[in-house]
Amino acid sequence: MEPILKINNLQTHFFTKAGILKAVDGVSFEIAAGEIVGLVGESGSGKSITGFSVMGLVDPPGKIIDGNINFKGKDLSALSNDQMQNIRGNRIAMIFQDPMMTLNPVLRIETQMIEAIQAHDGSISREDARIRSRDTLGLVGISSPDERLRAYPHQFSGGMRQRVSIAIAMLNRPDLIIADEPTTALDVTIQGQVISEMQKLCRETQTALLWITHDLAVVAGIADRVCVMYAGRIVEQGLVADIIANPMHPYTQGLMGSVPSQNQRGKPLQQIDGMVPSMLNLPVGCAFQNRCNYANEKCSNIQPDITQVADGRQVRCFNIPVGQRL
Amino acid sequence: MKPILKVQNLSKDFIKSLDLVAKGLNRIGQNYKEEVVHAVDDVNFSIFKGEIVGVVGESGCGKSTLGRMVAGILSPSTGSVEFDSSQANNKEIPSALRTQMIFQDPFSSLNPRKRVVDIITEAPIYHKLIPPSEKRAFATEMLQRVGLDPDTLERYPHQFSGGQRQRVGIARALAVSPEFLVCDESIAALDVSIQAQIINLFVDLKDKFDLTYLFISHDIGVIEHISDRVIVMYLGRIVETAPIETFVKQPNHPYTQALLTGVPRLEVGKRQYEPISGEIPSPLSPPTGCHFHPRCNFATARCKAEKPALRKIAPAHFSACHLNDEA
Ligand SMILES: Nc1ncnc2c1ncn2[C@@H]1O[C@H](COP(=O)(O)OP(=O)(O)OP(=O)(O)O)[C@@H](O)[C@H]1O
Ligand SMILES: Nc1ncnc2c1ncn2[C@@H]1O[C@H](COP(=O)(O)OP(=O)(O)O)[C@@H](O)[C@H]1O
Ligand code: SF4
Ligand code: SF4
Ligand SMILES: [Mg+2]
Ligand SMILES: [Mg+2]
Repeated sequence: MEPILKINNLQTHFFTKAGILKAVDGVSFEIAAGEIVGLVGESGSGKSITGFSVMGLVDPPGKIIDGNINFKGKDLSALSNDQMQNIRGNRIAMIFQDPMMTLNPVLRIETQMIEAIQAHDGSISREDARIRSRDTLGLVGISSPDERLRAYPHQFSGGMRQRVSIAIAMLNRPDLIIADEPTTALDVTIQGQVISEMQKLCRETQTALLWITHDLAVVAGIADRVCVMYAGRIVEQGLVADIIANPMHPYTQGLMGSVPSQNQRGKPLQQIDGMVPSMLNLPVGCAFQNRCNYANEKCSNIQPDITQVADGRQVRCFNIPVGQRL
Repeated sequence: MKPILKVQNLSKDFIKSLDLVAKGLNRIGQNYKEEVVHAVDDVNFSIFKGEIVGVVGESGCGKSTLGRMVAGILSPSTGSVEFDSSQANNKEIPSALRTQMIFQDPFSSLNPRKRVVDIITEAPIYHKLIPPSEKRAFATEMLQRVGLDPDTLERYPHQFSGGQRQRVGIARALAVSPEFLVCDESIAALDVSIQAQIINLFVDLKDKFDLTYLFISHDIGVIEHISDRVIVMYLGRIVETAPIETFVKQPNHPYTQALLTGVPRLEVGKRQYEPISGEIPSPLSPPTGCHFHPRCNFATARCKAEKPALRKIAPAHFSACHLNDEA
């Protein structure tokens, strides 16, 4: 099946006073209809900028300088602003960590939802748009949606606001949703509610979902496939189950070892020593070399390419630790 | 065995005073009242020397308020926090210094205009724990304890990464030889790979210096890893306290059970989320009886009317749920 989204060698750089910052440096991945792909990495690794690039939301000094973003057969990076505007919120929707990025504080929920529908469908009546809004609120688990439609965002709790912004993302039945840390600010029980709604949506409407997060455990629970990012590049990608069972990149291994849980009690957590290097000043060679137990001379001279190591599995490392190799 | 810390009937109310609009409306005959939040509502527990006691619960349930009262930087509305001085490692240290607090955001708790050497030695010099002449040697030792390069002695807080700043905050706390650390979301702001470094550091320090911890975190994985015992809070009240194994394997309170089911876990992998319903109610108007009843699958008429007491259901295991009366 043709993927809904196919990103190839995306390069999004920021031309800052201090130098060129390669926020996204050669990222490639695909998402099929109904598929959930996790994009994991620590802060500053380029996750959000990858999402913004697809949405056409990268502002100067940032610029997509190479690669293509193929959405249902069309190259998005070649589209005009107007054409992109039409796709945004209609065929592709984004959910942000802070729902107030989507919601307007001074308008009733109803007004915002009806406008979002009518903006992309001139022929729908206000009443029909209202009914669809109400039903979509119900779909994300908001009780008495008729009443809630009349409310303003501040009358909702954080979790409810996030569900409203998810409802807005779903309104026009997009083919692709990009969710950027949508549950990071939410409490565990509310996070469970939101994840459950998103899973249902993808299953029932075949929406493709890119789920951006720093939390590997969340991705493990929701995604089919995962891309692990480090310093602007994907270092490993594959099926979630495969990566959890057998992480191959030293960074992925370190990340998994450092997730605390009851299994690790009494033992020190495996820690990744050192820090992420500055994105303005990446070393020659592998960006992970200063924290890697397997680094050798080659790693500090040559940048490793991402290579296919098995069906659907890619890793960017010269020395995949013995024992992890397939 | 006597506990080193005993918290009895501890409560904190915050009064949310009227805003200008409400005051104005009252002048023309409306009747807006000041609202009271019972941020911490009649809480009792003990901590034994050398324990790490975790506190979990959702946002706004009173964890930080509890932590600040235990650390002595917020005065309780009623109730008491008692520290048993006879168990102190270091009896010469003034009692005001025995409990130190480590915050989520080390940046806002470190003076940006001071160098690290001064940040670390300010309190010990003031309290005459060290002579000023030993300042540099002392600060060097503290930095080494938390795994920082002594070369950083002359730096300002902004010249560090988040994880390093948290280490500076910990070094400052250790500098007064505390007995007890209250950690409030101390790793929440750090990157995943750095969190593990700081968690390991806390455990090392506990063993080396015979410390006792109250460790507040909304991250249940972290709590499970680090704690010996867990306190679960919901809307200002303790609903359950249990040894860690019991918490993980046999949680008693329906809220604890719901919380644990919602936790994403690496080892579980992909799964269908079955969420508990309902929103976290406003602390300004908590539900009657058992605060959890609107979201609880087992709620009865009694739960709506009557507050369940925190009762012992097994050794060291306490729960506040009416279901335990029927068994
Ligand atoms: N200074 C204050 N004035 C008024 N209300 C307050 C004050 N401090 C806390 N509260 C209220 O007391 C309750 C408990 O707050 P607290 O900060 O202890 O929660 P918490 O469990 O630490 O939450 P979080 O997980 O978000 O840090 C909340 O309803 C909060 O709004
Ligand atoms: N407007 C901007 N100007 C300059 N650099 C930026 C800008 N936005 C993001 N960056 C940089 O791009 C990199 C990737 O950022 P981002 O995608 O937001 O990271 P993540 O979402 O993974 O935390 C970071 O180094 C960040 O500092
Ligand atoms: S390429 Fe070298 S430095 Fe990079 S992850 Fe692999 S072994 Fe480590
Ligand atoms: S007291 Fe009732 S409402 Fe509260 S947790 Fe127990 S069964 Fe549920
Ligand atoms: Mg981001
Ligand atoms: Mg708090």
